[in-house]
Amino acid sequence: MSSEAPPAGAPEPDHLRRFVSIWLVATIIALPLVIFVLGPNLPPGHGSDVASGQVTDNTVLTAMATPVLLLVVIYMIYATINFRQAKGGMLEGQAVRGDARLQTSWIIITGALVLSLAVYGTIRLEQGYGAGSGSGPKPLTVPSGKKLPVQVIAQQWAFTYRYPTYGGVETTHLELPVNEDIELHVTSLDVIHSFWAYQLGVKADANPGVDNVTFVKPTRIQTFEVHCAELCGLWHGAMYDHGKVVSDADFETWIHEEQRNFAATTKVLPPYALTYAPEPTERGH
Amino acid sequence: MAQPPSSEARPLWRRLIGFNLLTAVILGVGGYYLGWFIGHQINGKSFEYQEKIDENDVALLLAYVFGVIGFLIGLGFANYPISRLLGKPASLREKEDHGIARYFGLCTDHKVVGIQYLCGIGLFFFIGGLNAMLIRTELLHDTPTFVGPGQYLTIVGMHGTMMMGIFTSAALGPFANYFVPIMIGARRMAFPRIESLTFWMLIAAGFILSSTIFFGGFPTGWTGYEPLNDQAVMGMDSYIVFFALVGISMCLLGINMMATIITMRAPGLTWSRLPIFIWAVFATAVLMVLAAPMLVATLSMSALDRTINTSFFIPGGGGSSYLYENLFWFFGHPEVYILALPGFGIVLELLPVFTRKPLWGYRLAISGMLGVSLLSFFVWQHHLFVSGINADLRPFYMLSTEIISLPTGFIFLCVMGTLWKGRASFTVPMLFCMAWTFNFLIGGLSGVFLSDTPSDTTTHGSFFVMAHFHYTIMGGLVFSFFAAIYYWVPKMLGLTFNEMLGKAHFWLMFIAFNSTFMPLFALGMAGMPRRVSSYAPELKGLNVWVSISAFVLGFSMLIFLYNVVYSLIFVRKRAEANPWRSKSMEWQVPTPVPIENFPPGPIPSFDFDPYDYGVPPSPGGGAQPAPAGA
Repeated sequence: MSSEAPPAGAPEPDHLRRFVSIWLVATIIALPLVIFVLGPNLPPGHGSDVASGQVTDNTVLTAMATPVLLLVVIYMIYATINFRQAKGGMLEGQAVRGDARLQTSWIIITGALVLSLAVYGTIRLEQGYGAGSGSGPKPLTVPSGKKLPVQVIAQQWAFTYRYPTYGGVETTHLELPVNEDIELHVTSLDVIHSFWAYQLGVKADANPGVDNVTFVKPTRIQTFEVHCAELCGLWHGAMYDHGKVVSDADFETWIHEEQRNFAATTKVLPPYALTYAPEPTERGH
Repeated sequence: MAQPPSSEARPLWRRLIGFNLLTAVILGVGGYYLGWFIGHQINGKSFEYQEKIDENDVALLLAYVFGVIGFLIGLGFANYPISRLLGKPASLREKEDHGIARYFGLCTDHKVVGIQYLCGIGLFFFIGGLNAMLIRTELLHDTPTFVGPGQYLTIVGMHGTMMMGIFTSAALGPFANYFVPIMIGARRMAFPRIESLTFWMLIAAGFILSSTIFFGGFPTGWTGYEPLNDQAVMGMDSYIVFFALVGISMCLLGINMMATIITMRAPGLTWSRLPIFIWAVFATAVLMVLAAPMLVATLSMSALDRTINTSFFIPGGGGSSYLYENLFWFFGHPEVYILALPGFGIVLELLPVFTRKPLWGYRLAISGMLGVSLLSFFVWQHHLFVSGINADLRPFYMLSTEIISLPTGFIFLCVMGTLWKGRASFTVPMLFCMAWTFNFLIGGLSGVFLSDTPSDTTTHGSFFVMAHFHYTIMGGLVFSFFAAIYYWVPKMLGLTFNEMLGKAHFWLMFIAFNSTFMPLFALGMAGMPRRVSSYAPELKGLNVWVSISAFVLGFSMLIFLYNVVYSLIFVRKRAEANPWRSKSMEWQVPTPVPIENFPPGPIPSFDFDPYDYGVPPSPGGGAQPAPAGA
């Protein structure tokens, strides 16, 4: 790359300085707005520890993306206004083919940005015990202390839930106690599904024959949405339900009631296991 | 098989006999029924169950395969190998002088193939676009009312598969086939018959995918995930054959491009003087050759699972659904860069012409493209961040994915550097290039959210992802595709587009595109999963907005179509020899381009600079370096 830097001079304004100042001003105005106004409203809200963590991560990423977005957009507008050909003009631009210093600093700056993003993401992922994402059968980091195991069983086209510490009862809705570490075991009986508890910031694929573990600690008593986030056939869109985060006492009442209601069913269910032998798939069903 | 040059003089009935499209269709249909018959002979009797429900995947797969073989034989693709086997002399050319008929058969002229590709891709783009309109019509309501959930999934799958499959060749098919030989000073492509073969395979594939509606459609979307794939009815076989054919076509196209660019450059055209578009084609070709075989292999395994009851992907039989995801995305992620890279090349090729400046940062742009090309093989599991597969490796995939924004950033720097102190004229192609920059920026920045596992947990599998890849593929590839059409078609056909209609098309498309896909980020963030036909009622307002914008986007395509019909069929205004005052080689050869591209005799040395624009920076104006910072 040739680096040509003849002395800058008279008639044209100093475009570089002008552009950089516009960009700086815009960034200084936009960043606080992004961090303090947009940030707290970013999804998925503060329904759980991992959800709050994702709000922070989304805010950080948005804040990092904002200066880049502004840089390119303002540049394009600036260039459109200032570096245009008069109508029917035949003028030539300047034969500048590059600038070694600028290119090197661009590489260094963007390189530093992406590396810091990756480091940040890794720290957040491992410190957040998977940050709500499905982390496979043996997650690398596990929250210490007592955890309530809950199994999510996906099948076409519903989720059911088993509570192994409550006699392996299988319920059709999900209720979770507030402020308690939950250990979710997600598996499937047929095709791939994905368990998405939106307000809790949990998303974990349900693969047949696989135990996909993720951790969450709900922090707010509320109703949350449950979706299937992986195309699973005809009624994928209707695989949609509501779950509840309730107080400890309410949870105990509810689960004992479910144990009574489903007592007959629980007896004929296969014993609780991390995965269940999937049905052999047959065509035409 | 050299044809007699006087074929035009023969009577019509005589001309219909021989290797042409008519024969191809007849042999194709014949082959189809032959395969269907054989399939029922071998399978219908042994699997009572399949006969009972009128499901015979073996028959349909064989029917498709035999049909395609018959179609290709009918077009004359077997003639050359057979005649060579019989010891007849080699003949390089086929039907290069057949008037309009050469567009409807095997033709070894790369310029004919380019135009064939343009029309073929246009046709399938139209079908895919209509599917998109149907999808948005269904989503006007929060419960399935318009087509029903089964058909909805088929439409979603057809839209996605058609676009992802056919559009792999959207830039390389028409524009690289047409312009690579001219730009590098060659008289033809390295393998002219294979060049034609890739096109006709793509056409066969497109019709096979469309035929899925006769066999019950397929529910898997373009990814074809197992075991849903195995569970699906016969329409799934159309998907498998379609994508396998596209894979073979893609691989052959890539080999052809690589061989041509490596071996057939004119004297003096060193690697460091290649036009940037050629570099983009080269980087894409590398990806095509390395990624496509993986797709064909994966789909063959799917086909075996569906027909002879192997269980590569069936957990009940000891297989794994992870295996499919892993294999598919090992192809699938390079695939999306196969779609994106040609756009980089087109934009960087066009910008110098319209800003009257040399390309800024030529080497940086090349390293950007090759870097994207190389890195794209190391990122595929970012599609599986929440799947539980290799969860401990996620930091690696996070890193590799985020590093890809480095070479992509090079491209942006080159775009910005080329605009710096240029003299930009905002013609229609230039407008599309500017729009590309904005769209791809949004696409790239939204990709950062998906590359970070914690925030991907929010957005994975939602409309956010959908918006992201529409910004990169539609906003990137399709916008640059239109830039290339407005820029190069005056050369290819020698006719000009109406500029006012072109600008109307651009502005409507640009505004409607953003108005369609920007709200999808919000919808995804608000918790709407992809590929659903029923969704939360409170999201209906935004969905209606998106649908209406999508219809406007569809309408903008009709303006383009009107422009094509009006300018190219009715007005037919001759294009100037070099309307953009380009210094690139393709604008220096006469229009229409002669069959051999260059006058007989040795090709002159290509030792000129393709970006010889601009004046040396004057001391007064000052050559400021382009803006710093990030």
